[in-house]
Amino acid sequence: MRTRPSLFATAVGKKYAMAISGLVLMGYVLLHMVGNLKIYFGAESLNKYAEWLREIGEPALPREWLLWGLRFVLLAAVFVHIYAAYSLTVMNRRARPVQYVSKRDYVAADFASRTMRWTGIIVVLFVVWHLLDLTWGTTNPDFVSGDVYHNVIASFERIPVAIAYVIANLALGVHLYHGAWSLFQSMGWYGTWRRTFSIAFAGVVVLGNVSFPLAVMFGVVN
Amino acid sequence: MNVHLKVWRQAGPDEPGDFETYDIADVTEEMSFLELLDVLNEQLVAEGREPVAFDSDCREGICGSCGVMIDGQAHGPQRGTATCQLHMRLYNDGDTIVVEPFRSAGFPLVKDLVVNRSAFDRIIEAGGFITVPTGSAPDANLTLVPKEDSDRAMDAAQCIGCGACVAACPNGAGQLFTAAKLAHLNLLPQGQPERQRRTIGMVEEMENYFGSCTNHRECSAACPKEISIDFIAMLNRDFRKARR
Ligand code: HEM
Ligand code: SF4
Ligand code: FES
Repeated sequence: MRTRPSLFATAVGKKYAMAISGLVLMGYVLLHMVGNLKIYFGAESLNKYAEWLREIGEPALPREWLLWGLRFVLLAAVFVHIYAAYSLTVMNRRARPVQYVSKRDYVAADFASRTMRWTGIIVVLFVVWHLLDLTWGTTNPDFVSGDVYHNVIASFERIPVAIAYVIANLALGVHLYHGAWSLFQSMGWYGTWRRTFSIAFAGVVVLGNVSFPLAVMFGVVN
Repeated sequence: MNVHLKVWRQAGPDEPGDFETYDIADVTEEMSFLELLDVLNEQLVAEGREPVAFDSDCREGICGSCGVMIDGQAHGPQRGTATCQLHMRLYNDGDTIVVEPFRSAGFPLVKDLVVNRSAFDRIIEAGGFITVPTGSAPDANLTLVPKEDSDRAMDAAQCIGCGACVAACPNGAGQLFTAAKLAHLNLLPQGQPERQRRTIGMVEEMENYFGSCTNHRECSAACPKEISIDFIAMLNRDFRKARR
């Protein structure tokens, strides 16, 4: 028997890795959005929730250990997802070294499926900035450690910040419109429910997330 | 009607290539696209010029040899139709039609519109068969097959190996062909004993030549047999199970 490449060394295997890491990240963005809805219940509600995130696992685990565990899983998922995306993109470039000279006329590939790399990169750049702004406070001149409610409002009162936040979330929505459909295809589960699911998932996440800066801009929360 | 054909001309694999435009007069609606190329070639030969090299055999949509890119779509604009079955009634007087060869690392160009699709043969050799014992034919209905399974296997078995899926795919992926060739055996009882070996062998061979699927669905839209991408999901599932 000749030796088999490891599953992750195959392109089909890398797609499983993308699907599973994508699913982990989808779970995260959904919970993140739902958690932040507490902003509508006032400062105390949101700040208490933020504090609770640091306490979960206690007293079995020391403070913030579980949170760091989850952060580690997320970081690993991001790494696997981007590495697989990168290496499959290289493979695809090699698969067509001579491009078509005449203009291609696509009939099925949509905007979302053709911009996955770009919407993904926008989301990651946004996440980096988001951490600087609301986790570490580096880019937020009015940052008060521990007062999440205050920090969110101080951040979104800057119009360009609010607009960037909305754009990044639209990019996330476009990524998920294709991704939350595609992951089932990659894993080998098919049916017409897939499109319904991806529209609903992307829609819920984007509507929830985009509501926060809008609520601040229009003074619904202050 | 009169049409202008803008055709890719390239003398050999390592020669430079470019489009050349030819005017063709008195084209009739009943002509197939290949007959249009025949008329062009008669014209070129009469002028003492090199005819356009293109592949064709059955001219009835079953052999899979005639695929070219027509106006940026594999096998042209009509769904579920091979180039040989495309008719000039689809076009209007004065149209300019652009014809380019399939482009893929797995399909090296031979000349003009002809590419070498033997990478598909390598994939079949890697498991696209059942190792049948020789002897007399078994009795009919000895092995019962559920109707749905045989229908789906037949849908997959329609693949004519034309390569339009690879040509149409923005990633140059060979998934639809490989998935169809896997499914028509993996769905039937006769295909079961070698199912795992076949799936692993064919997928790994496919990856030696072609790109990786990102589920654009262009393949299925270009396929003259309208093979469904559900078979690609089946490939993904079978590979996962076989590699477990
Ligand atoms: C730099 C960041 C990112 C890049 C470059 C990126 C790129 C990609 C690419 C190229 C695909 C393949 C498309 C396909 O095969 O259908 C993909 C799929 C996917 N992405 Fe991302 N992405 C990024 C971030 C994210 C994030 C933050 C999430 C979730 C919130 C996510 C969720 C998904 C899902 C669920 C899939 C489908 C996986 C599959 O088809 O198997 N991605 N991504
Ligand atoms: S799957 Fe369709 S497009 Fe691909 S080789 Fe078979 S018949 Fe041609
Ligand atoms: S010539 Fe045989 S399929 Fe077109």
